[in-house]
Amino acid sequence: MSLNIIVLAKQVPDTRNVGKDAMKEDGTINRAVLPAIFNPEDLNALEQALKLKEMYPGTKVTLLTMGPARAAEVIREGLYRGADNGIVLSDRAFAGADTLATSYALNAAVRKIGDYDLIIGGRQAIDGDTAQVGPQIAEKLGLPQVTYAEEIVCVENGKATVKRRLEGGVETVKAPLPLVITVNGSADECRPRNARNVQKYKYAAVPSEVANDEAKKAFVEARPYLQIGEWTAASVDADLQQCGLAGSPTKVKGIENVVFTAKDARRVENNEEELEGLIKELIANHTIG
Amino acid sequence: MANFYTDNEALKFYLNHPMMKKIVELKERNFADADKFDYAPKDFEDALDSYDRVLDIVGDICGNIIAENAESVDHEGPRVENGRVIYASATEKNLDACRKAGLMGMSMPRRLGGLNFPITPYIMAADIVSRADTGFENLWGLQDCAETIYEFADEEQKQKYIPRVCAGETMSMDLTEPDAGSDLQSVMLKATQKEDGSWVLNGVKRFITNGDSDIHLVLARSEEGTKDGRGLSMFIYDKRNGGVNVRRIENKMGIKGSPTCELVYKDAPAELVGSRKLGLIKYVMALMNGARLGIAAQSVGVSEIAYREALAYAKDRKQFGKAIIEFPAVSEILSVMKAKLDASRTLLYACSRFVDMYKIYDDIAKERKLEVEEKKEAKYYSRLADAFTPLAKGMTSEFCNQNAYDCIQIHGGSGFMKDYACERIYRDARITSIYEGTTQLQVVAAIRHVTTGTFLNWIKEQEDKHVAVKNEDVKAILKQMTQQYAAAVEAVGSVDSTEYHDFMARRLVEMAGYTVMGYLLLDDAQRDDSFRKSLNVFVKLGQAEVAKHADFISNFRPEQIADYLYK
Repeated sequence: MSLNIIVLAKQVPDTRNVGKDAMKEDGTINRAVLPAIFNPEDLNALEQALKLKEMYPGTKVTLLTMGPARAAEVIREGLYRGADNGIVLSDRAFAGADTLATSYALNAAVRKIGDYDLIIGGRQAIDGDTAQVGPQIAEKLGLPQVTYAEEIVCVENGKATVKRRLEGGVETVKAPLPLVITVNGSADECRPRNARNVQKYKYAAVPSEVANDEAKKAFVEARPYLQIGEWTAASVDADLQQCGLAGSPTKVKGIENVVFTAKDARRVENNEEELEGLIKELIANHTIG
Repeated sequence: MANFYTDNEALKFYLNHPMMKKIVELKERNFADADKFDYAPKDFEDALDSYDRVLDIVGDICGNIIAENAESVDHEGPRVENGRVIYASATEKNLDACRKAGLMGMSMPRRLGGLNFPITPYIMAADIVSRADTGFENLWGLQDCAETIYEFADEEQKQKYIPRVCAGETMSMDLTEPDAGSDLQSVMLKATQKEDGSWVLNGVKRFITNGDSDIHLVLARSEEGTKDGRGLSMFIYDKRNGGVNVRRIENKMGIKGSPTCELVYKDAPAELVGSRKLGLIKYVMALMNGARLGIAAQSVGVSEIAYREALAYAKDRKQFGKAIIEFPAVSEILSVMKAKLDASRTLLYACSRFVDMYKIYDDIAKERKLEVEEKKEAKYYSRLADAFTPLAKGMTSEFCNQNAYDCIQIHGGSGFMKDYACERIYRDARITSIYEGTTQLQVVAAIRHVTTGTFLNWIKEQEDKHVAVKNEDVKAILKQMTQQYAAAVEAVGSVDSTEYHDFMARRLVEMAGYTVMGYLLLDDAQRDDSFRKSLNVFVKLGQAEVAKHADFISNFRPEQIADYLYK
């Protein structure tokens, strides 16, 4: 038995070691000082896919990312580690997307790919920390989903057995294919880049990366394995009203630096009266609502 | 995310050495593989870029996995169960990472599953791995044994074993026995040929690094009744066939993650490599030369980590109101450590380039007849490799021990405790000047190049090179060191006593070593000014060391040797 697996990956600014200049004055991320990296939990997701590829020979792992052409670097990183091919979903119409518009675009691309058994992504990206895109894609595709996965144990008889990392322990569930799985950072680290793959795929590119260099273009065109797909909104038949800024109900009102300060804990008793009081208080100070 | 390759600019500097172009073009046979293998380079720049990218992977794994595991491996160590070695758990993780990254069989040709890297970038990987975990460098670095299979085994054996090494199976070289350590001519492990022509091995080996490996190269006595090296042949033992068990592993001072095994052979089936009787005199010599270069790389890795640990501590530790690095007594130690590190590394890579040149020509000679010029060049580099390998192994291993000592000294009392990495580094360093031939035996191998003039001729070639005005002072000192060295060689040679020659040999080899390393650093400084400080410090040290030895020799009357002999 072999599987067709789509791994969702995102190129993100490395927010793990941010300095004072990480944010611009207008509250947006200063991408110039933060290196672009493969979102860490997406690497965990890729490792799960590559493990399945080892377990079920013939399995094909396709990476899917949305972003500008330079996001092809994420695809190359995946190819170096053992993925089979990749697609960059790239169009100005996708710019400014919140999670809803992002999941819409990705769902359109997944429909275009068509033939898949598993869609695996990281739980969340380190730039937005929403953990919404995976579940939203599942909803849009009408598929079951397993979140917080720590290990995809096996796929048998059309069902995947997955261990989920929950607050109080580990839960093992079975879910029918096709299926969306989001993987937790506590899952196995992704394997290193492979020396042979790095040499093989280092010139892999999306068409727009080599468009201005005839020699490179010819080199890539002569070698199908170096061709990374580059899809636009039109090529996945996306409704432009649901893409990018136009399709994003989320509006950023403002961004402020939050400095965590330790305060005494307050205990709220488990009764209607106290809980209602707390909710009202949180609404009043705009923590929620 | 630490990366032990990208954080060490010297490595890239040597990867870009001017000689690399020729090495790569010869190694790649003008890039003939580009049409056959999708991962083969199409030109020199492409090849260099590939080495760079692969070393980046090595640096990543070493910085983030192997170095992180080093302490737990040192504590846990391997053990023996039912005749089999069980590695420390983190050692398995290290090996798994190296296998998945495809870092095994790096120098083997592509047709046998390798990466076809020249020795130089492979040795760089060894340098990096050793910095992360010196003991693990052994397990990973024993892939070197595949070189010997590639050079001397028949095609069927190459096809059978080399792809397995490239896929990640480990190797060992089973040479030493209880009564045959430095003196391998005394090896007694018995090889018996059966009626069907196949061989079986019986006997005991001791101190075998990674002795429970998948594929062993074994030195055994195939000629019954013989007692010397001419009765020994080399065999491959495949663990899949069974017949060899691990009786025990040694409890060692350092490199504790690397199992050192006592092996018992009971009718173990084995395959003869190459011709009978050439086991020691040809194959083991080749094997040992490769292994010695590997130990030189291991030593440089130790010097690197010792220097880094010392530097970091000296910047951090405050006494009398300031960081201790601000005290000249401390900063002098650090600058001398750095100079020894840089001098070691430049000698290592000079040596690896020489090895590359002659090995590649040897390999080409199997495909076609070499041109006259090529033959001349092959001979020139073969000789230099033969001279520089024991010099590099001897000098770099002694320097890394000195650097490990100084690393603890910088740490003061804390360095004597188990709390810092320096005590492990100190223990790990100690073996480098012992195994694959002690420093004393490296002197025996190098001294003939002192007497025949290999070193002096090479030094004279360097003297003829033009240097920048700012480096002229240093060159003048190096010239003076050369004169003292040449005079000392003359003086020692003029005494008609082998005993006296042996007695002075190490002094002469060290004089050559300091001068050679000084010239190599000068060459580096000519290309990159960042080497100047180390050049200046090292040549100051070399000047004093050479003068010391010259003094000793000129003040020594041959009959005084009696005071040093036990008879």
